[in-house]
Parts: sequence; C-alpha cells; structure tokens
Amino acid sequence: MSKGNNNSKINKIKLFMTIAAIILAFITLYIANNNLDSYKIRILNLAAVYAVCGLGLNIINGFTGLFSLGHAGFMMIGAYTAALVTMPPDVKTMNFYIEPIIAPLAHLQLPIPVALLLAGSIAALFSLIIAVPVLRLKGDYLAIASLGFAEMLRVLFTMAGSITNGALGLKGIPGIESIYFYWGTAIVAIVIIKQLINSSYGHAFKAIRDDEIAAQAMGINLFYHKTLSFATGAFFAGVGGAMMGFLVTTIDPNIGIFLQTFNILMIIVLGGLGSLTGTVISAVLVTSALELLRFVDAPIDFGFFAYPGIPGMRMVIFSLSLLLVIIFYQRGLMGMREFNWDWVIKKYNQFTNRSGKGGKGHGAVKNG
Amino acid sequence: MTFNIFLQHLANGISLGSLYALIAIGYTMVYGILRLINFAHGDLIMVAAYIAIYGIMMFKLPWWLSFTLAVIVTTIVGVIIERAAYKPLRSSPRISVLISAIGVSFFLENLAIVLFTGRPKPFPQPELFTTMLEVNNVYIMSLTFIIPVVTIVMLILLNYLVNKTTAGMAMRAVAKDFETSSLMGIEINKIVSYTFALGSGLAAIGGIMWGLKFPQIQPLIGVFPGLKCFIAAVVGGIGSITGATIGGFLLGIMEIMLVAFLPSLTGYRDAFAFVLLIVILIFRPTGIIGEKITEKV
Repeated sequence: MSKGNNNSKINKIKLFMTIAAIILAFITLYIANNNLDSYKIRILNLAAVYAVCGLGLNIINGFTGLFSLGHAGFMMIGAYTAALVTMPPDVKTMNFYIEPIIAPLAHLQLPIPVALLLAGSIAALFSLIIAVPVLRLKGDYLAIASLGFAEMLRVLFTMAGSITNGALGLKGIPGIESIYFYWGTAIVAIVIIKQLINSSYGHAFKAIRDDEIAAQAMGINLFYHKTLSFATGAFFAGVGGAMMGFLVTTIDPNIGIFLQTFNILMIIVLGGLGSLTGTVISAVLVTSALELLRFVDAPIDFGFFAYPGIPGMRMVIFSLSLLLVIIFYQRGLMGMREFNWDWVIKKYNQFTNRSGKGGKGHGAVKNG
Repeated sequence: MTFNIFLQHLANGISLGSLYALIAIGYTMVYGILRLINFAHGDLIMVAAYIAIYGIMMFKLPWWLSFTLAVIVTTIVGVIIERAAYKPLRSSPRISVLISAIGVSFFLENLAIVLFTGRPKPFPQPELFTTMLEVNNVYIMSLTFIIPVVTIVMLILLNYLVNKTTAGMAMRAVAKDFETSSLMGIEINKIVSYTFALGSGLAAIGGIMWGLKFPQIQPLIGVFPGLKCFIAAVVGGIGSITGATIGGFLLGIMEIMLVAFLPSLTGYRDAFAFVLLIVILIFRPTGIIGEKITEKV
C-alpha cells in the first residue's frame, strides 16, 4: 500500500472521528440541557461566550505573539452592533429617551445569525483601522497602545448618545437561553479557528511568534499576517461580545473595561497560550470556579466557628489563586499542546500492539 | 478668558502635572531595570491613601505622622510585591511577568474592596493644605502650590540618590546591562528591591497628594492615575527619569488646558491621555527623549 493511500485513509478516519466527536458534543449538550437547572445552563453558556472570546485572543496572543490588551474594546463593538440590529424598534425608542437614535438604526431588525456575523465583521473592520498604527509597535508598546484604543473606544461609546445611548446602555436585548445556540456557535468557532491554525496562515503566525526576524527572512509578509491574525481575533471577540449581549440582555460601556480583557487573558494563560483545547477547558473551569467560590461570600457555620461571610472574598481568593498559578505553573494546563486525533491514533496503536514498535507517545502531540 | 484665569489654569495644570510626574517616575525606574510595566504601581496610590486615612481617622495620629507611616508601609508593600510576584519569574518570558503584575493589581483591588468596602471614604483635609491664597483677585488653594514644591524636592533628592551614591550607580549599571552588571559583582536582587522601594515611596507620596486633591478614596482609585502616569512615562521616553518628569508635566498641563479652552470636550478628558499616547507612539515610538533602539539579530 502506498504512503499516499495510507495518509488519505487516516485522514478519512480523522474526519469521521471529528464528525463523531461533534455529534457526541451535541449529545452531551442535549443531556446537559435536560438535566441541569437554568442557573447551571446559564453558567455553561457564559463559559461558551468566554471560550469564543478566549479563542480570539489566543489567535492574537498565543499563536502570533502579539501582546494585545484591546480585546474588551472589540467585544464591546460586537455587543453593541448585535444589540442595535436585533432590538425591536419600539424597545429602541424606549431606550433612547434622552437622545433619539439616528435614523437608519431605528427600524433595522435583522435575524440573529446575521447579527452575529455583522458584530464580528464590524469588530474586525475596526481592528483593521487600528492595525496600521498599533501593529507597527512591538511588545509592551503594542500592549499599551491596544489598551489605549480600547479605553478610547469606551469613552467614545459613552459620549455617542445617539448611537449607543451613552452611559445608560441598552436594555431589553432579545435574550437567548438555549445552550445549543452558545455552544453551537462555540463549536463552529473552534472548527474555523482550528482550520486557520493548521493552514499555511497558521504556520506563518507561529513562525512570527517564534522569531519575527527569521520569519521575515523566510519571506513571510509580517504586516499582512499580523493584520490577518489581529482581525480574526477581533472578529471572534465581536462574536463573543454579541453572544454576551444575548446572554445578559443589558449592556453598557462597562462591558469594555480593562478588567474584561484581563478575565479573558487569564483564561487563555491558564489554558496555555497557543492551545485551543486549553482555552476551551479553561473557559469552562474558570467560569465554574468563579460560581463555585460564591460560598465564601455567604456566612458559614462550622459549629465551633461561625464565619460571618465577607462579600468580595470570592474575588480575593480567585485573584490570589490565579497569581499562584502564574508564578508556579506558568505554562498553563495544556502548554502549547492540543488534543488531536494523531495522539488518539498513536495511543490506540500502542494499546493494540504493545509488543510492536511502540512510539514514544507520552502526553498529547506537540502542535507548536 | 482673562490672563488671570489663564494663570489659574496653568497653576492647576502644573500641580496635576507634578503629581503625574511623581507617579510616572516609579513606572519608569522599574521599567528601566526589569523591562516590566508594573501594573500594580497605580494600586500603591490607593494603598497609601487608605493607610493615611486610617492613621488619621482610626488611630488619631497627627497628619504628618500618618502620612510618613503611609509612605513607609507602602514602600514595604512595594518591595514585598517585587519579592513575591516578580522575583520568581525573573528568567521567564516577559509576558508571564506582565500577567503576574496585572494579577497583583487585581488582587490588591479586590483585597481593598473586602477590607475597606467599596464605598468611597473622605480623605482628611489638614488645614495647611486647604488655605485659600489670594493672588491678584484669583483664589488658589495652597495645595496647588505645595504639590509642585514637594515634587521638585523629591526630584532633587532622587537625582542625588541616582547620580551621586554607589547604590544609584549600581542601579544605572543594572538598567544598562542586566547580565554584565551581575557579572561585575552587583547584587541584582538588592538593587531591584531598592528600585522598587524608591518607586513605591514616590507613588505613596503621590497617592497622599492625590487624596488631598481629589478627596474621595475608593478601592479602584489607582487604576486611572496608574494608566495615565504610565502613559506619561511612555510619552517622555520610558526608562528615563527626566523623560517621566517631562511627560508627567506635559500630560497634566495639556489635560487641564484642553478642558479649560474646549469645555465641550470635557467628557473626553480621560481619552485624551490615550490619544496623546498613540500620537507619540506613531511619530516617536521611544518617547520624547528616548533613544532609538536598534535590534540585533
């Protein structure tokens, strides 16, 4: 049997397994949907939102090595875009009682999927505009400049009353509770990003991350690839922001505060910079951990000692544990590794013919 | 606008600018040595302000003693932060240290929310700082003059420490070349701690004066001054003390003048610093007096 045939056979198996995994994921969602209460489903949905935003930031930070801190700004653009094109006209009139909304937006109402795409596209468009000044910079300067743009954007959104309703924010965004919507979108995002990362573009991103000058010497167009990575990341931030809007149904310019970028950054660092699998796992873990820690805010009676319950203690414990993770466990959960079928097949082969050649196969296949 | 009013705005601008300069110096010194944006620096402002409040309100200390204690404690906190959160990461990639710095900032803010609650606390106003002075029919609070004077005294002191003492010489050597200076027998850890102590002390003095100028203290008070002072340091040329001073004064005066001359832009005041930052980064990426960096392959 020729090598090519063998490869295409393996690829077929992989495709089949991927489809099986997606079906399995939906079965899991179905089970979750039927067995969990609405509070837990809401937490899972929030995890999906963070996963999408985290994947976007991971393309920029983890795969291309551009340290951007402007993610919350892109999320804010996405959230506002999606909200403004899906809110019914009468709700808009009710919201905009100080300054009336500008004409073309007042009656516009689009279906949700179109709104999601539009949210991502407008965030990506904005990222293209700021890419020219920001991507000329490197390292810390890039971080501070992107943070600066996000903060500026927040001030602009607070001031532009006739489009964003200023500091009052938007209330009554059509809410979506379905777990299929959030995780469905997340799965689509994962598949698209996975394809991008494994394409020649993805390899160029990683080359830029590992050594910019060497990458340039190899003929990679730095500016083009950096811009592409930045815009793709912003697109998913926009989609994530839009999902956030549908989840919480109320948004104001505070959705774009630096703390939001920080949350997402924490998620991708914990999961491992440069690992999609890590980002998704860590989005679920961090969101659940934040909810699980709620008990420290409430009074607890130990019998011999009554803990009065300190509001805000949850965030202290959370930030301290994140700090400990960064100091002692820098690579995050997955490092740069991914869960992929090569690893599964290798394990399977090892398992079936132990006496055979037997690969090294410890841990997942390194993908960086 | 009469000349008198212009002078009043100028005095305000210089006063705010010297406050920015004082805090920006801490950023620039840490960046010069560790190449780290110390995100927790802004939160030291908040720490110092709270200690000063508690010294006066709870322990009934005279204000000067309470302020001195606040500076000392904040300096110690700054050194502890470096030892606990930055030193273990000395050989890690810079992004890890940066994230650790953001983590420290996040931790300090949340801890302050638990300890002092989120409700704003009034900052005590000793009489010395609130006396109204009349110059040419213009009333200016004495604080407006005290802040620049304190800043200038601190700058002279710092100039002496950095340029005339052995420790200062070691600091400059470490900033120039981290590895070589350690090979020459400089105790890097000691010098880094010393730098953090100086920077945190200045931030504490800045924080107390910030409290006197804007007497509403809440746990997130350090975030915006922190960002703006970092911007001031970048605008001046990060790594240089003179640069941070120039950047701080420039930002303070321009911010006040913007609001004074174009009142319709008042709402955009907080965005102004970022606009200035981006303009500077585009046209002079290393700041006003920064040196051009050539990259070696």
